[in-house]
Amino acid sequence: MTALRTVPAGTGSGRRRDEARSGWLLLAPFALLYLAFLIGPTIYGLVLSFSNASVVHSGLRGFAGAGNYLEALTSTDFWSSMWHTALFTVLTTPPLVVLALVLAVFVNRIRTHRWFFRLVFFAPYVIPSSAVALIWTWLYTPQIGLWDSWLAALGLAAPNWLADPNWAMASVALTTVWWTLGFNFVLFLAGLQDIPRELYEAAAVDGAGPWQQVRRLTVPLLSRTTVLVLMLQIIASLKIFDQIFLMTQGGPNYATRPVIEYIYDIGFTDYRTGYAAAVSMLYFVVVFAVSLVWFVASRRAQRKVL
Amino acid sequence: MAVTVLAPPARAANRPTAVGRDRRELFFSAFCGSVLVVFAAIWVLPLLWAVDTSLKPEGEIANHPTAWWSDNWTLDSYRSLLSQGHMLDWYLSSFVVAALTVVLCVVVCSMAGMAIARTRFPGRRVAFTVVAAGLFIPPQVLILPLFQEFGLVHGLNTYWALILPAVPTSVAVLIFASFFGGIPGELADSAQLDGAGWIRIYSRIYLPLTRPAISAVSIFTFVWSWNNFLWPLLVMTNPRTMTLPVGLSQVSSAYGIQYAQLMASAVLGALPLLVVFLVFQRRIVEGVATTGLGGQ
Repeated sequence: MTALRTVPAGTGSGRRRDEARSGWLLLAPFALLYLAFLIGPTIYGLVLSFSNASVVHSGLRGFAGAGNYLEALTSTDFWSSMWHTALFTVLTTPPLVVLALVLAVFVNRIRTHRWFFRLVFFAPYVIPSSAVALIWTWLYTPQIGLWDSWLAALGLAAPNWLADPNWAMASVALTTVWWTLGFNFVLFLAGLQDIPRELYEAAAVDGAGPWQQVRRLTVPLLSRTTVLVLMLQIIASLKIFDQIFLMTQGGPNYATRPVIEYIYDIGFTDYRTGYAAAVSMLYFVVVFAVSLVWFVASRRAQRKVL
Repeated sequence: MAVTVLAPPARAANRPTAVGRDRRELFFSAFCGSVLVVFAAIWVLPLLWAVDTSLKPEGEIANHPTAWWSDNWTLDSYRSLLSQGHMLDWYLSSFVVAALTVVLCVVVCSMAGMAIARTRFPGRRVAFTVVAAGLFIPPQVLILPLFQEFGLVHGLNTYWALILPAVPTSVAVLIFASFFGGIPGELADSAQLDGAGWIRIYSRIYLPLTRPAISAVSIFTFVWSWNNFLWPLLVMTNPRTMTLPVGLSQVSSAYGIQYAQLMASAVLGALPLLVVFLVFQRRIVEGVATTGLGGQ
């Protein structure tokens, strides 16, 4: 074997050098693009956040120190946009996790037509956000919208969905549940497939009713998937921009403006690039912290299994 | 039959009988089924309503906005959208951008995945760590510096501004790396003995074996690129080269309260990916399940 190995391609060290060069060669295109469009902009964004840069004037226009950060941390606009992002996350995460779990467990209990429900619940997820916003704005239209007419038929007064500061965020959250539930639903379905059928049969033989099986067997065994879905959902919800921008433009009177739209407004409307970069970094710290919790938790869970 | 044989006769006395159990199972399945049907109806409703509205004459919507039935079904709104608007331009832009992104992403990220999983070179661990770190950087944070970068090279309003930043994707590299890592290394060893170089080993032996990874990454990159909104909104300001989601976000100011037009735009905007989803349903669902990708 050793003799064979050295015969065709010359010395072992020569081949290793060849392998190293090929490794770098294979990595090179990715490394270049990664440097240009991810690492570079990240570092540049960090530099910008300490500067007085604006779009109107080129260059960094002087060192601002921690000024941008101090301004953000003492700005009520910043904190209210952070609060709106948090509120959206709090409003969307529980229904998107719990409802997706319930629907997946139910689909798993029926024998036929599973494909149909998979199709129906996942389909909205592939629709572009702007098409979703068009459809739901029409549904929410005061007086002539479908929801208003149905509530009127029930004798209820409809809220002024998107135009009422107390209802706007809830309305966008409702739309989001409809739009993205299918993704979590499919993740739960995949987790359910990993639970062996024999466990249910054994439980049934021991006299456990279907409801007990779900509570005592399915839900506990699905806990790893549930944690995964929960963390992915929190991270996804923290990135809220599209639906709010499209349906309420952050209004009424900035009552729903999330932090990404705040960055967009100060960076691209007010042209305060340095300040916007500092807000981006603060937002990044929040998302990073949540991602890190998830990463550590999933690592630990994996180690337990192994 | 088989059930009666398997039923444990001795312990059955103090437990529910097999018949009672069957009835409970049946009842529970029926309960699940009815709940599901109700939710499925709720889920289909907004799409049905959009299609319904888009097929009615504008005048009729103004008079009876919430009537489901129309006496004058018409395709007028679609006709005028396709003949006057920029809809076809937006389809083309979105398709060109998404297709090029997919091809470049699969090629570039699979090469990187191969390098990390299968070749030994100094700095490989560092490279892996740097790639994995990319998972933690939300793209929204990079928008300002990226915008300045493309402004500097006069790249705004070009397709490249949409394509290139989407190509180096950490998730895709890690997916490819885990697939390549699962293929026995002996394949590479024996190919080397036959005198094949690493590039050849990658393209002829390893890449064809990772078809599930290629299809998962392709589908998700395509969907993600097609539906991406914030970055294209900033970069593409020319109505002729806008992508579909950006174009759609401007139609409500163009058509105002012409609801049939608005809903026809929404339906046309939703249609391409719905068709893709119908065709690749199984693959997409499997892809979500195995990779947990697409969390935007």
